[in-house]
Amino acid sequence: MASHIDVSIEHRGPEPEPQKKHPNTCPSCHSHYKDEELDANLRVCPQCGHHFPVRARERVNQLADRGTFEEADAGLRSADPLGFFDLRAYTERLAEAEVATGLGDAMIAGGAIIERRPVELAVMDFGFMGGSMGSAVGEKFVRACERAADRRVPLVCVTASGGARMQEGILSLMQLPKTVSAVDELREAPAAFISVMTHPTTAGVLASFASLGDLIVAEPGALLAFTGPRVVQQTTREKLPEDFGLAESNQRFGHVDAIVSRPELRPFLGRVLTLFERNGN
Amino acid sequence: MATEEGTQGEAEQLKLRGRLAKLRELPLLRGVGVSGEMARLQRQIDRIGEEATEDDVWQAVELARHQDRPYTLDYVERILDDFVELHGDRSLGDDAALVTGLGRLEGRTIALIGHQKGRDIRERTHRNFGMTYPEGYRKAMRTMEVADRHGFPVITLVDTPGAYPGVVAEQHGQGGWIARSQLAMLRLRVPSVTCIIGEGGSGGAVAIAVADRVLMQENAIYSVISPEGCAAILWRDAGEAKKAAAAFKPDAIHCLELGVVDAVVPEPPGGAHTDHDAAAELLGAAVRDALLDVEGVDFEERRRARHRKFRNMGVFLE
Repeated sequence: MASHIDVSIEHRGPEPEPQKKHPNTCPSCHSHYKDEELDANLRVCPQCGHHFPVRARERVNQLADRGTFEEADAGLRSADPLGFFDLRAYTERLAEAEVATGLGDAMIAGGAIIERRPVELAVMDFGFMGGSMGSAVGEKFVRACERAADRRVPLVCVTASGGARMQEGILSLMQLPKTVSAVDELREAPAAFISVMTHPTTAGVLASFASLGDLIVAEPGALLAFTGPRVVQQTTREKLPEDFGLAESNQRFGHVDAIVSRPELRPFLGRVLTLFERNGN
Repeated sequence: MATEEGTQGEAEQLKLRGRLAKLRELPLLRGVGVSGEMARLQRQIDRIGEEATEDDVWQAVELARHQDRPYTLDYVERILDDFVELHGDRSLGDDAALVTGLGRLEGRTIALIGHQKGRDIRERTHRNFGMTYPEGYRKAMRTMEVADRHGFPVITLVDTPGAYPGVVAEQHGQGGWIARSQLAMLRLRVPSVTCIIGEGGSGGAVAIAVADRVLMQENAIYSVISPEGCAAILWRDAGEAKKAAAAFKPDAIHCLELGVVDAVVPEPPGGAHTDHDAAAELLGAAVRDALLDVEGVDFEERRRARHRKFRNMGVFLE
């Protein structure tokens, strides 16, 4: 039924991936790696340049000057306002995600220094319920904006998300205007907002704060789409272009300022942060 | 065990009293011609005082999607004294899934923005089933800009299954324009009122629903994902839509309880589709009341309050 089309989120991946024999097998060129090998190369395939996912804490280590990240709001946790239960209880999924990732929710945020420039840094983790945005993620992002506005420092936000968190129902949809209002406060300050989109940045997160950066950077090959390819295919039966929704396609259509590979990301951010420093300061 | 049940019963009572108190505060209930609806609405609240059943919630889903339910233009012709439609996004196209224009409401000019579904198959195709392209949000934003410059209040009516999930829509920046449309509403100097009049489907809905006052019709739904979509992902079976809807509670009363909407707008007995004129009268009264409620305030204060309202959405632990 066309009137019942699902236009929401597909890349939430709350189900843990079945453990493959080689979790570090490159999906692009099929090379195998040890964890240390990949970590040493910022989790980029040395053979073909495929960007493997990066956990939030690892991302912080990659971007922030050593030892400068000071996490804020670490005690913030999702509530279960609807008493949501599908095949399992939401509270159970939350507890499991926390154990699996060591994170309180799908975003960590705090003050940091990147290439000697002070910033607020917010990083999402796709491993925590598909990086989905519920009230806790929304609140963390908003507070990061408020701290950035207070300190008059730029906000750097690294996104990886399947969209809004269904288990919080309409309240998760309300995180869209909530985070957008926070970006507006940032603009009023004014403080710069650098949005770094990584694979995948989709649905509710793309349709709110992630798209509102003063500058939007994407990692190569990242899927950046409001609706993912599977749902588009299923609902419209359209033939999808080969690069549907990828960072490269988004850049071609004018939605992304720069595609920057991971090893170059930190120096690139350093340059950009310098450009956004207030003249005369 | 008995004590526990007793406590639970009391908690329910407390919750119910809270609901009724909230309802009595609703600005729309002060309106002329609406008070007669209160008793009926209260009975409805009493009935769901226990907890909405799967069937109750599903009934709202079906009524919200009813093919005879009034659409935006049905309300426009009944509520507004005059209406000139503004077409096109001044960039690329004119999205028929979303109508915008200027009209007269009780002697003053307002800007109206609303999703538009079609009633027969030809119009449905033309209107793309109320599923907007980025062009639609750009059209909304340029109408908001005109309204803001001239001091016309902005009224938006939400009725969409969601933003259109197609290749071209993606290429034109669907996500980004939904975000920018929300930002445009947050920044308005003029007063704004939204009513969810049918399906409030996800990002496509919230793109034009960031107003000073957000109302919701009694049988409308407002949700982060369609019941079918939610069921397909979490139950791995789209056929479990009814279960999914009961779990994520898209109905008006739950949205009111969660603080997502400010007031529920009554519909004629049986639902808005049974009597378009009566539905329009009730909606018109509610919108006028809501506008009165936000108009008297200095624009800076109104904008601050709007930011505060959305900034505080959500429930978390700390």
